[in-house]
Amino acid sequence: MSIGIVVAIAALVAVLVVAIARPRNLPEAVVAVPLALLLVVVRMLPPADAWAEVRSLVPVVAFLAAVLVLGQLCEDEGLFVAAGGWMARTSAGSPTRLLTAVVAIAAVTTAVLSLDATVVLLTPVVFATAARIGARARPHVYACTHLANSASLLLPVSNLTNLLAFRATGLGFARFAGLMALPWLLVVIVERVAVGRYFRTDLAAAAAVDPGRSPAVTAPHATQAAAGGRPAAAPGVAAVVVGATLVGFVVASAVGIDPAWVAAAGATVLAVHSIARRRVTAAALGRSLNVPFLAFVLALGVVVRAVIDNGLSTAVGTLVPGGSSLGALLVVALVAALLANVVNNLPAILLLLPLLAGHGAGPVLAALVGVNVGPNLTYVGSLATLLWRRIARAHDADPGLAEYHLLGALTVPVSIVVATSALWAGLALTGGG
Amino acid sequence: MAVLVWVAEGTWPACIDAAAQWAPPTSEVVLLVTEGTHGADAAHTAFAGMLGRGRPERDPGARIAAMGAAATEEMLEAAAGRLGRASTARTLSGRPERALVEAAAAAELLVLARDGELERLGPHSLGPVTRFVVDHAPCPILLVWPRRPTTTALPPPPPGPPPSRP
Repeated sequence: MSIGIVVAIAALVAVLVVAIARPRNLPEAVVAVPLALLLVVVRMLPPADAWAEVRSLVPVVAFLAAVLVLGQLCEDEGLFVAAGGWMARTSAGSPTRLLTAVVAIAAVTTAVLSLDATVVLLTPVVFATAARIGARARPHVYACTHLANSASLLLPVSNLTNLLAFRATGLGFARFAGLMALPWLLVVIVERVAVGRYFRTDLAAAAAVDPGRSPAVTAPHATQAAAGGRPAAAPGVAAVVVGATLVGFVVASAVGIDPAWVAAAGATVLAVHSIARRRVTAAALGRSLNVPFLAFVLALGVVVRAVIDNGLSTAVGTLVPGGSSLGALLVVALVAALLANVVNNLPAILLLLPLLAGHGAGPVLAALVGVNVGPNLTYVGSLATLLWRRIARAHDADPGLAEYHLLGALTVPVSIVVATSALWAGLALTGGG
Repeated sequence: MAVLVWVAEGTWPACIDAAAQWAPPTSEVVLLVTEGTHGADAAHTAFAGMLGRGRPERDPGARIAAMGAAATEEMLEAAAGRLGRASTARTLSGRPERALVEAAAAAELLVLARDGELERLGPHSLGPVTRFVVDHAPCPILLVWPRRPTTTALPPPPPGPPPSRP
């Protein structure tokens, strides 16, 4: 083993450990960017290669930035609060119906506005909605956080992993969505069934209140604001802009324009509208860009490139088969899921992409199934989970986490096999990538 | 001696009504809530899993924990109002089933509701926590239906003993 690979892996581990443990709440980029530069300075990675990596990632990062801003603007425009109101009405007081509504909204939100929007913006609304109808919130919150990962299969914008892999698939926006639609739908159904079964007691217990005799479970004011009591802004404009942006992705991709431009246009239109209506300030909008995160993604890309070029590709390459047979796709998805659980899904897809490139769209999409669905097993990756458990113990939240992992163990293997099989069938029926 | 009432989402109105009816007028009524995570742990873990986003102030787990505490507070207020007589509230931390059993050590009566599958009679009409408490609590228990059961059909009788050999 060369000294190069040892240094590069050490740098990657350092980047990941800091990103997960976050000493003193420093932005992750504070360590990742200098380490990436250091690898270039000591010639672990030739400057030309590092520059090529950065240049290839810039459109992805720009796309990501636009989607993050779009999600935040939808929040500012009241779209998530409106979704909470819709979920509460659809449930008609029944926790099982609420769960179905939550699953539907979380699946769509994740697909369209990415997992960041679901975790950060939708999950609190889901809690507030459950509290509002007097349901026990845990099943709904768990479903929402689970779907933030597993429902991120559908579109290239649904997850940063998809954005990173989109070009390597060689597919257009519509074709990507077409191939991932059935896997996405099946995974969402698996989650609904699994969560409903796992939490059947909680769901039945809260359903027990007779609407007739219960003392109208009052909407708590603390939660009312988040769930729809707040005078709703008009989320219609936000919904229309998001819808138009989606159509724009498909059209742009078909005529050869980078969809990142469409995302930027959508975010700009909504930003102008929101600023004009004084629902958001330019400064707040700047913060939702999250520049340190974007810098972190670029730096992580450079560090992973150094790891690959110094010889890891041959090691992992022997584990990853080529071809698009069902067996090969399943192996790719499982290796990707495993890797996502060991080192987190972002570095996992960055490590896998160079090895899968040139084998067509099938293996890349299978890897996405693995890295997107897989994290529900341990979420942060096992290394990270170990660190996290220490923090969790300090908060005395351990039993909940054990339950969390149990639910993951129930859904992840089934979801990966079902989604990969559906992907394989889609590829076979439509003549490959 | 006190009458304890477990106040939990969904089942508390029935428990409160039972307490109002059966607790002796001279007894102290204590409303128990078990400290739950409300899913805040899941939201926190999901946020921790998103590498590189930084900004702990955006952690949805913290927001859910705060909203959860407020929702519990309001549930207790509503329960106390429905009871219509003086009561005190107590929050139990730790595993709910064990905390409830420990709290019941010196109680006069513990009021609980069935919180399992309510479509049929039988052992599954109790959720795991309630099952544990019913099986282990040292005090008398008043177990109520959170709503009228949808069925009164008993399961078929078990087969008789095998015919004895001559």
